[in-house]
Amino acid sequence: MDLSIAALLTQDGITNGAIYALLALALVLVFAVTRVIWVPSGEFVAFGTLTLAALQLGKTPGTVGLLVAMAVVAGAMEVIACVRTGETRRIPRSLLVWVGLPLAIAAAVYALAPLSAPLPVQVLATLAAVTALGPLMYRIAYQPLAEASVLVLLIVSVAVHFALLGLGLWFFGAEGSRTPPFSSFSFSVGAVHVNLQSLLVVATSVLLILALYLFFGRALYGKALRATALNRVGARLMGVSPNFAGSLTFTLASLLCAFCGVLIGPITTIYYDSGFLISLKGFVGAIIGGLASYPLAAAGAILVGLIESFSSFWASAFKEVIVFTLIIPVLLWRSLTTTHHEEDE
Amino acid sequence: MKARFLPLLALALAGAVHADINVGVTLSATGPAASLGIPEKNTFEMLPTSIGGEKINWIVLDDASDTTRAVTNTRRLITENKVDVIIGSTITPNSLAMVDVVADAEVPMISMAASARIVDPANPKTRWVFKTPQSDSLMADAIAVHMKANGVATMGYIGFADAYGDGWLAEMKRSAQTAGIKVVAEEKYNRADPSVTGQVLKLVAANPDAILIGAAGTPGATPQKELVARNYKGKIYQTHGVANPDFLRVVGKDGNGTVLPAGPMLVYEQLPDSNPIKKVAAEYINAYEKKFGTRSTFGGHAWDSYLLLNATIPAALRKGKPGTKEFRAALRDALETATVVATHGVYVMTANDHNGFDNRARVMVRIVDGKWTLIK
Repeated sequence: MDLSIAALLTQDGITNGAIYALLALALVLVFAVTRVIWVPSGEFVAFGTLTLAALQLGKTPGTVGLLVAMAVVAGAMEVIACVRTGETRRIPRSLLVWVGLPLAIAAAVYALAPLSAPLPVQVLATLAAVTALGPLMYRIAYQPLAEASVLVLLIVSVAVHFALLGLGLWFFGAEGSRTPPFSSFSFSVGAVHVNLQSLLVVATSVLLILALYLFFGRALYGKALRATALNRVGARLMGVSPNFAGSLTFTLASLLCAFCGVLIGPITTIYYDSGFLISLKGFVGAIIGGLASYPLAAAGAILVGLIESFSSFWASAFKEVIVFTLIIPVLLWRSLTTTHHEEDE
Repeated sequence: MKARFLPLLALALAGAVHADINVGVTLSATGPAASLGIPEKNTFEMLPTSIGGEKINWIVLDDASDTTRAVTNTRRLITENKVDVIIGSTITPNSLAMVDVVADAEVPMISMAASARIVDPANPKTRWVFKTPQSDSLMADAIAVHMKANGVATMGYIGFADAYGDGWLAEMKRSAQTAGIKVVAEEKYNRADPSVTGQVLKLVAANPDAILIGAAGTPGATPQKELVARNYKGKIYQTHGVANPDFLRVVGKDGNGTVLPAGPMLVYEQLPDSNPIKKVAAEYINAYEKKFGTRSTFGGHAWDSYLLLNATIPAALRKGKPGTKEFRAALRDALETATVVATHGVYVMTANDHNGFDNRARVMVRIVDGKWTLIK
């Protein structure tokens, strides 16, 4: 191995690591606020890429159908909930939020599909469509069980994962897709070849992480989410609705995953079922951060990317083994260095 | 006491009267092998419902590319549906696991998976097992011959880290050795890997004259695109596993110049009219493309299994009634001596060769401007 190979591998590792970092942040965010281990995050990544790829081929992406179906279910659940609690006055407003908004997004994406619009517009449409799935999924699958134990929520997550996997095959088909690179420009720094695509991925990730930092540090809604993460009951007493916190969290998390999907599309071929492995690597990063610390999770994800890249050079047959074995020393180290509080349930 | 047996008796009588032929199919229409299984499933939907004047019931089950499910499906088809013959599964691990079940029940089976081990003549159980696709060894030999003819002395290999990739590596090493070609580098990757930069850098550093990518379907494009991006100047070979339109779509212009072996149906339009395969392939592909869009060579394997049954069922009908042990044994015997022109080649089955393909079942194809072009 010479310097130029090492530099290429590092560049590759950091690019993938930046994508894993976004996923790790989404996983930590969801777990901190709602205690859900978000297994289906990978499907959102895959849906992001496949939606963009479908738009570029001028086809209506399957996400549109999924969005409509989920909006109808969520709307029905809202109406039933309102009738049960006797708050029939709230029905028009909830219908507008849970059915009207997703249907408007679905209609916009549907209208946009055959137009072969410029790439930024298609990216925006993709982000909107995939992000809208997040809160709908929370409303349908998690909100009715919000007070359940972590284990029950995990089981729900696994069920949602398999449901989305099946729907993904149905909507997008078995074959993979790739999106064209945002830029094929590259330049050399000494012996090192840098391409703009990788820089773009890293820059987007850094910007998103900064935006999240500002959101949680400065914005009122961000502070409400942090409060819920720290103490659910306390936050509720201060007037933060746990349902609202849950949907906001899932909106943010699915936005992060949609970004991952858009960013990873030009780098590799994505299938309806490739999301799971990608999200598992984000999960390893999140575990390094103890599912609690954002900076540690991001750093852990970059580490996963680097280890993956270098082990693919030295021992490609054992690459996944090496990456996932990393979890064992991390868990050992964490269990020895941190004092553990049993969650009272 | 007697009343208890009446329904059973009625069932047995009904079975004797309605002597439909039941064909059980298990294939991988979902899961990792879905891109292979879906065109096969489509093909079964367009098959005729009678052969030799007898009604055929095609009972198609999905095994989700999962070995356990494939075995469960096979047992269910044999015990509940009383099938006369089993077709499937799509992939090698599933087919290998099904061999024991069909051998015990003495039901003939036609696999649609690639590995030669499924019909290995050294194994007495495979007496009941046949298969339609070309074996890896046949295709690997074709690649080695093409490499040698084009002055390749050293080659590298990158393939799936699974049974498909390992099988190809083993076959290619054997074929390369026979042709006097040295394998200087071998790398593995996974279908869902976001990057193969590390493996490709190592391959390019070894600087072989040619590189073979052992992958099936669109994942085969990942190392190909990376090799082009790293300015690899040698020849790139793929396997027949990538011979579908989606691969061309994903690999784009980076696929130009790639050479691969394939079943003749892929480029049937370019075959000479004297080739008997051309007519059979045209018939199938026209019917398929009218109903489901672009062709897939995997659907051809399903059609070929129908062609085998179409040629052998009339002979078996003369020796026994469908649903009986005699019929199944007669069908097996007929399959073992069948000579059938199919979409992928010409089957000449013998007791020692339950695949029956020869050199007519492979052509070398080059990708030129996003199209498969026959190398003459």
